[in-house]
Amino acid sequence: MEWLNTLLQGMLLGGLYAMFAVGLSLMFGIMRLVNIAHGDFIVLASYLALMVVNHLGFSPLASLVIVVPVMFCLGYLLQRGLLNRTLGQDILPPLLVTFGLSIIVQNVLLQFFSADSQKLSQGDLEVASVGFGSLNVGIMPLMVFASALLIIGGLQLLFYKTALGRAFRATSDDQQTARLMGVNNAHIFGLAMALAMAVVSIAGVFLAIRTSFDPTVGPARLLYGFEAVIIGGLGSLWGTLAGGVILGIAQALGAKIDPGWQILAGHLVFLLILVVRPRGLFPRSVD
Amino acid sequence: MTTQTHLLAIDRLCAGYGDFQALFDISLTLDEGETVAVIGSNGAGKSTFLRSLAGQIKNQASAITFRGQPIGDLAANQVIARGIALVPEGRKLFPSLTVEENLQIGGYSKRPGPWTLARIYQLFPVLEKLRKRPGTALSGGQQQMVAIGRGLMANPHLLLCDEISLGLAPTTIKDIYAALPSIKADGTTVILVEQDINQALSVCDRFYCLQEGRVSLTGRPGDVDKAQIKAAYFGV
Repeated sequence: MEWLNTLLQGMLLGGLYAMFAVGLSLMFGIMRLVNIAHGDFIVLASYLALMVVNHLGFSPLASLVIVVPVMFCLGYLLQRGLLNRTLGQDILPPLLVTFGLSIIVQNVLLQFFSADSQKLSQGDLEVASVGFGSLNVGIMPLMVFASALLIIGGLQLLFYKTALGRAFRATSDDQQTARLMGVNNAHIFGLAMALAMAVVSIAGVFLAIRTSFDPTVGPARLLYGFEAVIIGGLGSLWGTLAGGVILGIAQALGAKIDPGWQILAGHLVFLLILVVRPRGLFPRSVD
Repeated sequence: MTTQTHLLAIDRLCAGYGDFQALFDISLTLDEGETVAVIGSNGAGKSTFLRSLAGQIKNQASAITFRGQPIGDLAANQVIARGIALVPEGRKLFPSLTVEENLQIGGYSKRPGPWTLARIYQLFPVLEKLRKRPGTALSGGQQQMVAIGRGLMANPHLLLCDEISLGLAPTTIKDIYAALPSIKADGTTVILVEQDINQALSVCDRFYCLQEGRVSLTGRPGDVDKAQIKAAYFGV
């Protein structure tokens, strides 16, 4: 039963990793942009939430009402004002620019918030749990996982049931021809980044409730996000969820064997899947 | 006549790719409802001409006047909003989109007009049964029907067709060209770019022959003889 509990905790943690990964998957899928600053944007969202909580007296979850729209707008402006200029045949400029952004975000956070660890407190909700037989499951992890399901389900609907979603997919297939259909690529890319940042901000707030954070924890979140995307297969949203869950379970099982093995077990499973299925578990058929 | 009275007026259009110039001083006019063929051998500049019209190659604004407005410097997504749709060479359907979605995205610019999904299925009935299939899982001829339908879904004043018979069986080409009268019936003006001279001349009101980026011959199909066309086409 103890092992079953570990499995379940790992799976729920996977929901958070999937949220880290969805933004990466969106950006790469639609505009072939690898965003090295992704993890730092997660942490930026955590600090934004911290500010809203401290100054406006909101609870961390209520701060999403402000953090999500702010990050959405920031994403759109960042893409239109800066990142669109780096996109082209060469994959290197966006890598370098987002790497630079990562350093800038970390240092700005360090300047304004110091290197002290911070944490958001959601009060009793953090320790509340529901019982399933002899298993007790925390309400917060359940909420995180449910949010991941809702986000991915919502994005799936957006992509496959709306005109905007068709434009996203068409742009992902062939930017030149999508323009011929009247699609303004610069705007579509802006919206893709804005959506990615909106998801990032939810992930950032959940992260900040779950664990302590400081300005330098971004790159590790980026790594978990990358691993989840690659395990799941590039371009598949549900695959990304599966990737997050596999990574979460691997880490939880690793930690169960020995607390020092938590991160290592995740990386090992990632490597193993990369060797066996280099394109991930659910690759998109058209690439 | 002033340019205002023409649907499209092209004035000394020059275009190319980087240092390579593919078109030299092309001038022509087009009136509403006409079907004009642009013929020429490989490398004559036909596709460059259509890509310039569709906004894929930018030009001086005044080089292309459409419905009285200069549009030569507009981007492709702005050109289609004005009512010029391109059916590109090689069809270029979106592989992740189904047949129906490929058609729907043709109407992305939301221009009002007679063309709807139902009308496209009426024009090409075979597509209705295949509408849930991925666009690129169809035969070449069916894909070409989707590409034309996608262009029509923009409800364009001017439809540009680039080599729509290329690589297709003769019977399929016949089926596709059979749709042309219905397209024209709604007042849509058509520019056909073709290597197949006979096919193009059999359906057009006027033609322009390009050779090495310049207009080498123009006229009505009945007014010129084969020897003249041959000379203008091959430059012999």
